[in-house]
Amino acid sequence: MASIPRSARRPSPPAVKLSLNDPFVRSILYQVLVVGGVALIVWYLVSNTMANMEARKIASGFGFLNREAGFAISEHSIDYSPADSYFRALVVGVLNTLLVAFLGIVLATILGTVIGIGRLAKNWLIAKICSVYVEVMRNLPLAVQLFFWYAMIIENLPGPRQALNPLPGVFLSARGIMIPVPASDPLNMWILIALLMGILGTIGVSRWASARQAATGQQFPMMRAGAALILGLPLITWLLGGAPTTLDWPELRGFNFQGGGSLSPEFAALLIGLVTYTAAFIAEIVRSGILAVSHGQTEAASALGLRRSLTLRLVVLPQALRVIIPPMISQYLNITKNSSLAVLIGYPDIVSIANTALNQTGQAIEGIAIIMMVYLTVSLSIAAFGNWYNKRIALVER
Amino acid sequence: MSDAAATLKSMPQSGGFGNSPLVQWAKANLFPNWWSTAVTLVLAYLILKFGFGLLSWAVFNAVWTVEGNNTEVCRQLKGIGACWALITEKYRFILFGTYPFQQHWRPTLVILIFIALYGVSTVRTLWNYRLGIIWAAGLLSIGILMWGGVFGLSYVEQERWGGLPITLMLATFGIALAFPLGILLALGRRSDMPAIKAICVGYIELIRGVPLISLLFMASVMLPLFLPEGLTIDKLLRAQVAIIMFAGAYLAEVIRGGLQAIPKGQYEAADALGLSYWKKTGFIILPQALKIVIPPLVNTFIGMFKDTSLVVIIGIYDLLGAAKVSTIEPAWRGFSVEAYAFVSIIYFVFCFAMSKYSQKVEAELSHTHKR
Amino acid sequence: MSATAKAVSERPMIELRNVNKWYGEFHVLRDINLMVEKGQKIVVCGPSGSGKSTMIRCINRLEEHQQGHIIVEGTELTGDLRNIDIVRREVGMVFQQFNLFPHLTVLENLTLAPIWVRKMPKKEAEEMAMHYLKRVRIPEQALKYPGQLSGGQQQRVAIARSLCMKPKIMLFDEPTSALDPEMVKEVLDVMVELAREGMTMICVTHEMGFARAVADSVIFMDKGEIVESAPPTEFFAHPKSDRTKLFLSQILGH
Repeated sequence: MASIPRSARRPSPPAVKLSLNDPFVRSILYQVLVVGGVALIVWYLVSNTMANMEARKIASGFGFLNREAGFAISEHSIDYSPADSYFRALVVGVLNTLLVAFLGIVLATILGTVIGIGRLAKNWLIAKICSVYVEVMRNLPLAVQLFFWYAMIIENLPGPRQALNPLPGVFLSARGIMIPVPASDPLNMWILIALLMGILGTIGVSRWASARQAATGQQFPMMRAGAALILGLPLITWLLGGAPTTLDWPELRGFNFQGGGSLSPEFAALLIGLVTYTAAFIAEIVRSGILAVSHGQTEAASALGLRRSLTLRLVVLPQALRVIIPPMISQYLNITKNSSLAVLIGYPDIVSIANTALNQTGQAIEGIAIIMMVYLTVSLSIAAFGNWYNKRIALVER
Repeated sequence: MSDAAATLKSMPQSGGFGNSPLVQWAKANLFPNWWSTAVTLVLAYLILKFGFGLLSWAVFNAVWTVEGNNTEVCRQLKGIGACWALITEKYRFILFGTYPFQQHWRPTLVILIFIALYGVSTVRTLWNYRLGIIWAAGLLSIGILMWGGVFGLSYVEQERWGGLPITLMLATFGIALAFPLGILLALGRRSDMPAIKAICVGYIELIRGVPLISLLFMASVMLPLFLPEGLTIDKLLRAQVAIIMFAGAYLAEVIRGGLQAIPKGQYEAADALGLSYWKKTGFIILPQALKIVIPPLVNTFIGMFKDTSLVVIIGIYDLLGAAKVSTIEPAWRGFSVEAYAFVSIIYFVFCFAMSKYSQKVEAELSHTHKR
Repeated sequence: MSATAKAVSERPMIELRNVNKWYGEFHVLRDINLMVEKGQKIVVCGPSGSGKSTMIRCINRLEEHQQGHIIVEGTELTGDLRNIDIVRREVGMVFQQFNLFPHLTVLENLTLAPIWVRKMPKKEAEEMAMHYLKRVRIPEQALKYPGQLSGGQQQRVAIARSLCMKPKIMLFDEPTSALDPEMVKEVLDVMVELAREGMTMICVTHEMGFARAVADSVIFMDKGEIVESAPPTEFFAHPKSDRTKLFLSQILGH
């Protein structure tokens, strides 16, 4: 290619004239003013804070993290005792937050999707019940709902001796919810590994199948193969291990239950509240996603000869998901942030524990900074994932 | 055949009850096929059973009043009948907090003024400077009524305020004062100047990434540290500041959505006429952008209204806080469900009304755009 | 007449000298040279993507040129913000998409800029607005909203809105392209009247009838260059360049 003659090449930008009427100068001036103003305010606040902390003899710095915490935590997924450090206590808090957030996301998605589809049902009764559910749950504050569930469990459920027994092995009492859990067995580890292998295997096979379809046009029954791998491998492992069926059943011994898994009233109330509240919002998201795919799309796909399952998979679902996923991710963020309401009912999440720590050490600023840092990390990661996903699936437009 | 008989014969036969519109509708929507019929029957059974159980607890077996603080009757009927006596005894406390008993007409009036202000703001023809005057007058009278000290009203210090007026105040002032902040942040985020854009993006993402509870804590413990020696700031104001900062970030994102929806041609036409940045933004861009985003704005307000219930964590007795405290007394211990049911109704009425309004505006806007 | 006075009166209203513009690496205006005298009417035509809209949008700085000089009534358009303000006050623009302000009445659309940029008192502005509405023949629509008017009426309001700033130059960017055919005539009539009253105009359009009736000079642009420029009779009857001939056959053919 012939080189572009110098006269036709784009010239470098002109020199900046030092006058207020030059747009570059003006923009620099405005930015300096604004940044300067903000910096001034921040400096004022910081100098006041330092003076006040000096006067009240409040320590500063994160050295306190190594000190002994001195308080107990009622629920912890890793080992913890009051002799452990503040740092370990905070880690327990983070794990508790993540646990309730993760379970909340999974359960709320399932419940919300069911209710969202229910609102579109042909049966008037189903549709109406789902509509009423959504309207009621969305218009009540989450805090009210949490207090309500907590009060229901603490005040209105009977004591352990008269616990309600709706399903075999499941007990509801004012001390919490007891459920049977799989007994601790080395085989469980293998089953989990088999599940992981199944998932990886499915991904691998589906890649191979797509390549094969692109090359030869032959289709591979991926759905069935995937189901076989993901369900079959763990099943085979379980059978090979002797098919153990032991569950740990909760049993009433004396005044309380032993064995089985238990959900404390705080955890149960928090989880139920978060799930039922967020499911209402997710229901609306799912419903609008399904409605957003215009009928013409289904018609066009049928006219091309695609059968119903293919239409759903290739045409309707991708478009519906495009509309559903961004607000859905936003709701997942909300569940994570709303889990902070745990402090209202005494579940030891990160806010609750950091609050205790800052009350004991008096180092409010560090405590709050830790809380915000934790949530910011989670939020920004989820948001970054959302952005990446959006860019990947964005419709290319002129 | 006679004329009359022929006419009669040619008229469509009404088949009696079996063809009435109600039955037709039921056939289509409830019993179109056997599967749907089964579901309908099961659901109907469950609803009736559950509904009857709820009614007997809430109405038939309920205790409506008690003598003094003698709640024995209530306790005996626990689980069978609701103790609405809690409400009849304590509704004033739940609604108004520790406000002096004789002066309860004042917060009642304040609540009514708030409702009137919301109602008036929905009237389109008033959407100009008149609305500003109405709001200023309304807020001024609210301040006078709550504080007193003038016009012969006795002074009531802020620590004694509580209940529904606090909820309404926190939500209303929160959004009202967050509005200018939100507009500036939204404009700043769309600016070409990198420093300003960075500050606005940083603020918005920081506030939106953390829960409101952490901001309330921050305001509660850190604001006193930020102020110079001797200057104090009372708890309600701290909560209000936190809510304003929080609402500002969310409003900014909503308004930014509206700004993005304005076609480029509007900016160009304003530029071609020689309008400066602020005149262009104030006269042309913002009015259009704000109108487009009314539904999400109202939804944000509903969210703020619900979020005010969190101030109980820093010891402010808004509607929810007062309800929680109403069952602390030993006599009334254990009837929290009744208290929460009561405030749920109040919250629901406000939120539901606002969401219906938002849906109405959304429908109107989509009609005008469809033309 | 003194030498300087003569020089001033002979200076063109709009001067484009060696104007070049790039979008990134794409060279969208190549060495544009154009002189427009006071009272002249120029029609610019060409295939889409030829840079004709870009060129006139450079004249009121809705787009920026990177090389060359654009001088409007003696004021050069550079980065200087004051100059841009001065030029925009003297140059009016009518857009293809009208771009009326939908939340203001027709009257308010017209009086907004005179009140806030020329600092005219409201009464005076409204009288002037009604005067121009009468000129574009829709005074009865003054209190309606743009959404209630037809396309042709909206474009006439847009013309009146520009005229209310009493510009010395009017730029038209495909003013009739977005209109239904039966409304094109009412807008062109207004533009013809404006032309006959002596307004300096640059008009990007495909309406060759308008060009024949009113233009002093028709300019054909292609791929960012001015290919040909001639009075209308000569332009249509004896186009010189092959590209011009091809273009004319395409638009006059059907």
